[in-house]
Amino acid sequence: MTTLNVPVTQRDHAKGPANAPVTLVEYGDYECPHCGLAHPIVKLIHQHFGQRLRFVFRHFPLGQAHPNAESAAQTAEFAGAHGKFWEMHDSLYGNQDRLGLPLYLALAGILELPELELRNALVEGTYVPKVRADFLSGVRSGVNGTPCFFINGVRHDGTYALEDLGAAIEQQLRVSVPI
Amino acid sequence: MAQILTAGTPAPDFTLHVTPDQLLTLGDLKGKPMILAFYPADWSPVCGDQVALYNEILPEFRKHGAELLGLSVDGVWCHAAFARDRRLHFPLLSDFEPKGAVARSYGAYREREGVCERALFVLDRNGVIFWSYCSPIAVNPGADGILGALERMEKQESKDDNAQRSGHAA
Repeated sequence: MTTLNVPVTQRDHAKGPANAPVTLVEYGDYECPHCGLAHPIVKLIHQHFGQRLRFVFRHFPLGQAHPNAESAAQTAEFAGAHGKFWEMHDSLYGNQDRLGLPLYLALAGILELPELELRNALVEGTYVPKVRADFLSGVRSGVNGTPCFFINGVRHDGTYALEDLGAAIEQQLRVSVPI
Repeated sequence: MAQILTAGTPAPDFTLHVTPDQLLTLGDLKGKPMILAFYPADWSPVCGDQVALYNEILPEFRKHGAELLGLSVDGVWCHAAFARDRRLHFPLLSDFEPKGAVARSYGAYREREGVCERALFVLDRNGVIFWSYCSPIAVNPGADGILGALERMEKQESKDDNAQRSGHAA
């Protein structure tokens, strides 16, 4: 059993109540097509489970395979620093085939984020340490590709198909909420 | 699943093609911790497969002074194309002729399918297996086991060093 070695903390991007019975952690890469396919599934899952689920996203950019993954992750972090992580997260996955500086600046404009500041942050690598820390936390937890999900700290070795992921979360709910 | 060689066993030496015109001998690399990653085949369809993952984690392995070798039964030209396509920064060795002979010597060959197991070996500086792990063929083992082994090995080496030093002093 492979388990999440780095617990969820304040520095993570989380959606849903901190005391939710199930926490779903995803390690993802904005340029990975499988993560792109998983993104709407995760949204459906979150809608379905509502307050019973907390969703956490951590970066796991495979930069050698995906040349834009790292800059996209940094752009999401920049938006996060301005309180708009999830808006940027959704927009990046929604425009996965157009990743690159022109897209980041356009999205920053739409989300009313300071574009010049974003460009400087990317040039200066302001968010490199945060993205790297996420990546290394994944490496130490046995992330073996993207997307990689952990349900209440245990790696989900099934597929990211709605029924697979949903069933695994259902099972955790049964364990954690005595009827 | 095959019975792979375990910790404490000297790693069987081998010489394999690393490029179409270059050979690599494991014994020549003594003095460095080595990671041997046997895997079933090039061109796995998932992104972030084992090889791509290790390519990203390479800097972490090298922090421990360790070098990584990938091994499969694919031919040299196949490896060359795969390494170029995936921008791999570590060598892939071709256990091609006689097919799977090296994997067999490590207990990491699947006779039925004719491919290598997903088997990992971490060797110490003297070429002795320090840690080994065989993953179910469909499960990419990740890199946490390798990094954990490299860390434990480093700790043990520094302990041995200290013991030796205090031995000399006594």
